[in-house]
Amino acid sequence: MTSTSGTDVVRTAAALALGDDALILSHRLGEWAGHAPVLEEEVALANIALDLLGQARVLLSLAGDEDELAFLREERAFRNLQLVEQPNGDFAHTIARQLYFSFYQHELYAELAAGDGPFGPLAAKAVKETAYHRDHAEQWTLRLGDGTEESRRRMRTALDALWKFTGEMFAPVDGVEVDWAALEQRWLASLTGVLDRAGLALPEGPRTGAWAAGAGRQGLHTEPFGRMLAEMQHLHRSHPGASW
Amino acid sequence: MVTFADAGMTRLEAELAEIAGSVPDPELPVLTLSELGVMRGVRMHDDGHAEVTLTPTYTGCPAIEAMSADIERALIEHGIPEVRVTTVLSPAWSTDDISAEGRRKLAEFGIAPPRPHAAGGPVSLTLSVRCPHCGSTDTELLSRFSSTACKALRRCVACREPFDHFKEL
Repeated sequence: MTSTSGTDVVRTAAALALGDDALILSHRLGEWAGHAPVLEEEVALANIALDLLGQARVLLSLAGDEDELAFLREERAFRNLQLVEQPNGDFAHTIARQLYFSFYQHELYAELAAGDGPFGPLAAKAVKETAYHRDHAEQWTLRLGDGTEESRRRMRTALDALWKFTGEMFAPVDGVEVDWAALEQRWLASLTGVLDRAGLALPEGPRTGAWAAGAGRQGLHTEPFGRMLAEMQHLHRSHPGASW
Repeated sequence: MVTFADAGMTRLEAELAEIAGSVPDPELPVLTLSELGVMRGVRMHDDGHAEVTLTPTYTGCPAIEAMSADIERALIEHGIPEVRVTTVLSPAWSTDDISAEGRRKLAEFGIAPPRPHAAGGPVSLTLSVRCPHCGSTDTELLSRFSSTACKALRRCVACREPFDHFKEL
């Protein structure tokens, strides 16, 4: 074992960052079970959550014991983006969160899949799944943005509300070998294209800054995250070592 | 049908690979694992245990655990004392790995088989998918997500029956 080497420490931290994004968003999407507007959407959100959970299991297993990492860490030890921990809100908020994140994750995995780093095999697998997630978010954005006055108003409100969490996505993560600036440009370009077609404008305002106490990648999270984590970890912590 | 003879396996390994590959898929029991294209190979190790390599259809596919258990049971019944199933992600599974026989069985079972897939291309949404019930190509997409991660939900405009489509990956 050479687990104390510098490369391994960096790789573990990177796996945690990517794995926590997938795990936490998976849990948030799972909260829609039984509450989605129509049955097809219920199934769609659960499917996306399942894909993300699969990715999280692979990534967290690269960092250690997946169950211990998911269920026994404290809030400050999680390295996910603040975007993915944001509450589901109304359906437009969930779709705005999906739009921002799935376009980011798809670009990120596509670049990792093309490289020969430690995340290449997972990324090559997962990028095919995120293509469907991206498509799902895009179709809904078009439908809500180009729908009724009410759906359009809600979509615009949601896009504006989550905009301030999108800057953090492009802060470089040690051990994740991508061109972050180019990634951000591609993300902005594809997002602008979708919003244009939906009759919606790119939100204005800062995408990160002094309003934030810190970033999820540093273990600093927003208030709703603690409550989400309490619910997610409750069963495992109440029955240590329990199995099906 | 995948053949294992060209994968550098011994005769015993090839024989075990055939047995493991003939295990039915737990969610689509009309298909065997080798028809689905998820069997990657078998290696006998010096300590007498067999290592079976599988690849998941989707990263989060929960069926992989049932597949592993079924393979272990099949090989142990064949006299192998210890079986370990490992999963690999690379190279990533694609619906193009489903054999011609597998596609035929899917259609017969009422699931529209996946269309051929251009690697790296965009998700194909507009090419027609044939209704597995009446054969009409006039079908519409209801949802890109269905009863399992690997399927989409469609409806036939001609016979009005909804059906699952094994979506391209």
